[in-house]
Amino acid sequence: MDAKAIHEKLAARFGEKIAGVSLEVLEPWVVVASETIAEVAAFVKADPDLRFDNLMCLSGVDYPKEKPPRMEVVYHLYSYTHLHTFVLKVHLPREDPALPTVEGTWSVANWHEREAYDMFGVVFTGHSDLRRILLPDDWEGWPLRKDWVDPEFYNGMRVKPTQQMMERALAGEAIGVGPFDFTPPNRHAGE
Amino acid sequence: MAPITGIIQNKFPDAVVFTTVDQVVNWARKSSMWPMTFGLACCAIEMMAAGGTRYDWDRFGLIPRGTPRQSDLMIVAGTVTLKMATRVKRLFEQMAEPKYVISMGSCANNGGPYWKYGYHVLKGVDEVIPVDVYVPGCPPRPEALLYGIMKLQERIQEDRVLRRHPESVGSLTGATLENR
Repeated sequence: MDAKAIHEKLAARFGEKIAGVSLEVLEPWVVVASETIAEVAAFVKADPDLRFDNLMCLSGVDYPKEKPPRMEVVYHLYSYTHLHTFVLKVHLPREDPALPTVEGTWSVANWHEREAYDMFGVVFTGHSDLRRILLPDDWEGWPLRKDWVDPEFYNGMRVKPTQQMMERALAGEAIGVGPFDFTPPNRHAGE
Repeated sequence: MAPITGIIQNKFPDAVVFTTVDQVVNWARKSSMWPMTFGLACCAIEMMAAGGTRYDWDRFGLIPRGTPRQSDLMIVAGTVTLKMATRVKRLFEQMAEPKYVISMGSCANNGGPYWKYGYHVLKGVDEVIPVDVYVPGCPPRPEALLYGIMKLQERIQEDRVLRRHPESVGSLTGATLENR
């Protein structure tokens, strides 16, 4: 099915829950109301004409400069049966973003949703094991949000380099000691 | 006991060889630096190449070990994330003395490309463990790593085991043993 037919099918089934649409792009997408995403996911996987049996990617995106500012979760879908692709998007508020999990439809979403939670703090309600996947368990904050500011320390280790560290590295270079000290063995052979 | 055979058999007169204990100990140490099998990022690929047949660090006496208890050398090859830094420190502490550290590549030296925006990267592994030799590059070629290993061997050869400490030791940094 082409993107237009997929959109018509979704619009016929879910009506105004399909809030926005863009079909004249490389990867056509629709915007789905956040509370409906689990039902839409189950529908597009089960429907014999759509049969999106593969969730290729689930990503979070932060748009603080949009009006109103928003967070997005993007689902890239693929069908091994019909060999077509489609994209679902969900708009969320930047304060306490939350939406239902699609883990019940595509089990691969388990790790993807944990990653979106890890980096953006998006809460997937109903997720079986929602905890950080890449960052340490005791990490505080959501580092891929655009308003992220590096902490001074993490467990006693400096995160932001100080002026002193910068000067030490450069001074080492000047006297040929430290991180930048290296002359290949044959470099001055001809001099 | 089976007789010793070979081209040097029975070729030498009775003789005595003089050397210092330090010389022998340092020669043994620098000729059998066993590194820990341990890679963190793309630098580890170059490290593997240095250990492979083409560059063959076995000729320097480097035999990778699977445990810190048997290792003399830690080659920190790659990006040290904050999450990994605690593990790196623990592995270093589990190694037996004498132990040496080579920091390989820009990331391990000072954070490299993550210097400014790497919220998750330690800005130089020398923030958590003492480093003997820094090998710059992104990543360094195997020749560069071998050069770093030879520099470390030079340094070990100058080390003092029985002899009293002079004002400074070490050909690379002039650091004293106490503050190394």
